[in-house]
Amino acid sequence: MNVKLRDPNIIMKLSRLGSFHQSRLSFLRSFLDEFKNWDFNKNLFELDKNGYGIAVYSFKKKDRVYSLVCFANEINDDERSDRVIATKWDAAFTLHDGIPSKKDIQRLRNEVPKQEIGRLSYKELTLSRANKSVRIFNHVVDSLSNGFQPSLDLLEKVGYLYRTTAVYGSGKFGLADRFRIKNREEINGPFRLEMMLVYLVRQFTFDQVNHVAKLRNPKKAVKLDKKICKNLGIGNSTGLGMAPFIVNHPTLLNNWIFCRETALKEIREIKKVNKKDSDLFKNCVRNSIKNITSWNTESQYQLKKIKNLLKDVRKFLNFVEGEFNFETDYPFNKIYLWLEKETCEECIEYIVSIMMEPFDTIIKPLIKKMSSDEEKYFDIPTYRTIKDLKKIIEKKYPNILSINFDIEENNKKFWFISKNKEEPRLADRFKEKGANLEQPLAIARDIKKLYKKILKTKSNFTIDKFLIDNSDLRHVVRRAFIVEKFPYSEIQDNTISEKTIPIDMLRLKLSFFGALKFDPRSDKWLRICMFQGAPLPNELKNYDEQWVYNT
Amino acid sequence: MRSLSEIETTSKRASRAAGYSWGISEDVGKNIRLLELFGLPGIKYLDQYLKKKRKKKFEILKLINRNNKKINLAFCPINIGVSFLDQIKTIEPLKKIKFDEIAYPILFIPFLSRSSEIIGKKILLKFGKNEFLFNFNQNILTNYFKKQFPIKAQNVEIKFLENKNNFTSSEWKSLYKLSEKTFVDETDSLKHGAAGAGLTDND
Repeated sequence: MNVKLRDPNIIMKLSRLGSFHQSRLSFLRSFLDEFKNWDFNKNLFELDKNGYGIAVYSFKKKDRVYSLVCFANEINDDERSDRVIATKWDAAFTLHDGIPSKKDIQRLRNEVPKQEIGRLSYKELTLSRANKSVRIFNHVVDSLSNGFQPSLDLLEKVGYLYRTTAVYGSGKFGLADRFRIKNREEINGPFRLEMMLVYLVRQFTFDQVNHVAKLRNPKKAVKLDKKICKNLGIGNSTGLGMAPFIVNHPTLLNNWIFCRETALKEIREIKKVNKKDSDLFKNCVRNSIKNITSWNTESQYQLKKIKNLLKDVRKFLNFVEGEFNFETDYPFNKIYLWLEKETCEECIEYIVSIMMEPFDTIIKPLIKKMSSDEEKYFDIPTYRTIKDLKKIIEKKYPNILSINFDIEENNKKFWFISKNKEEPRLADRFKEKGANLEQPLAIARDIKKLYKKILKTKSNFTIDKFLIDNSDLRHVVRRAFIVEKFPYSEIQDNTISEKTIPIDMLRLKLSFFGALKFDPRSDKWLRICMFQGAPLPNELKNYDEQWVYNT
Repeated sequence: MRSLSEIETTSKRASRAAGYSWGISEDVGKNIRLLELFGLPGIKYLDQYLKKKRKKKFEILKLINRNNKKINLAFCPINIGVSFLDQIKTIEPLKKIKFDEIAYPILFIPFLSRSSEIIGKKILLKFGKNEFLFNFNQNILTNYFKKQFPIKAQNVEIKFLENKNNFTSSEWKSLYKLSEKTFVDETDSLKHGAAGAGLTDND
């Protein structure tokens, strides 16, 4: 049986991408799998009684060492902000390539806490900062120092002690360019070093809270229970900075989605599923219900999505545990077709993620295909003709061609880079100034413009001739030839519509990171939790692969 | 030290700010990254050129010909670079191309390097006593070692080099003979048993 890959014109719509969930393909899970046999060490821990100071953690295998250098600082409550305009944070981190020397640490002490205005070197791989959830941090310290464990109810509401407000890599602020490290086998997967940083920061937060509690009341203090630690992750506040990334890296985006779609296709093509695998799948779905019921948010938009998801997952469980027979041929294909007919987008993608759980043999080879050598596809094949280009656009962007950009609501927003923080922003072009400095992220509109232009151009004209007088369309001509080869490289939707929900773009990327419990704070930023339920470093050598559902 | 990623992004944005389209600015970003990766002063001369461009209208050229002559000012290295790159398959049969004057020739260099990769041929650039050999966008060989690059190149000549060996036939034979010392003489028994197919396969 040959199942077709799902249609990009359905899957690459923003509402569908904004319904994606973490899976076995997610980067934090593949990071844990890759580094499970590395040696973890706490190399330095010099904090004062308030928890301020420096700490170093590392992962080591043979001659290779990655070290997280942490700087915990005192800041006032009124200085603490998750927004990118902040200039101080409770802690700042960098992942150093190798073992940092004293000189390195001195240099990093001056630069890392400054974040965007500091300068890193090619010896540093990633950079981040984080703020305490003050309410939770203080409660945990108070409890531990008085000899008892913190309130689980309170911890469950938040899910972390710290939340990062940015994680930078790949050459930002002087960090090492990807080309320097891309041939290392252990990081042959996107964002692996960013995941390592976040994972090690999580351990730092546990050590710091234990340290402060102990020094506050040495005789009475107890350590934070390991089971509780395991159920805490690292929060993350994410804004629009992430959105342009997925537009600006089309082949990378394609590879992420293509691997997900290939996994689904291959799972649907399995004729007979053994009982062990079907039981594992059903268990994960069943256990995942508590991930939905413990998903806290005040966002009405998300609450509605969660409500529908919960309703549909329960409906699915009734179906799969009742009338459905796993001994039938191609059971996952039948399940998928049922989902399409009976459930919402959020539920379809939720169950698609869980379908991957039993199938290591399908998933693991795909993980290695999720990076991209983007330079290879940059040059435009200018010897091709307008006829070719027209055919590509008609085939690959059919829905986009039907959007009327002369209507104000379809052309309402513009993306720009703010001068003070050099970060992407979105504004109303009819109300705000700056649309003349618009970033090239309105791909749908520009593709439509290109199409209109080529309708008036001779079909045997070659692209090099066309570009002579149409330089303003060069960026989308390049993209059209990329999408010809990479079907999932383009968001098949309007990113400048009045109705665009930017967090759908963030949600897509965060789901591939492995984030849980998306908590939108507006249509432009959200909070998430990473590594909640993940094994602690000393458990990595032998951990439950389905920890996401079984914690 | 600035990373290549920062170099590419800033060059792209600066080119856009100087009036180039986003698509061309993307190419310039990649080019300056390439120059800096090869140890050539891309940032320095892009900055100078974009400032100069505000005051002077360098000439543009839509179609590259065998002989390209300016009317007033020198050619814009970015404009002719994009044309050269885009039209590379059409102009390659010309074998030799001349420009009488190009402003800031260093900014034209990465376009030639990338073109060399596209056509799979080495490209030689000459102006005055200066020579640059572009090897499939893998590296650039040059006899130009001064810190300052000229801000104008006159009588520029570009040659597409045929794919030929860099060594003589006798040099090859000599080395090959040495390499044969790693081979094993085949006995009758090895002829029968060490390969897959039979000795006669007429059926």
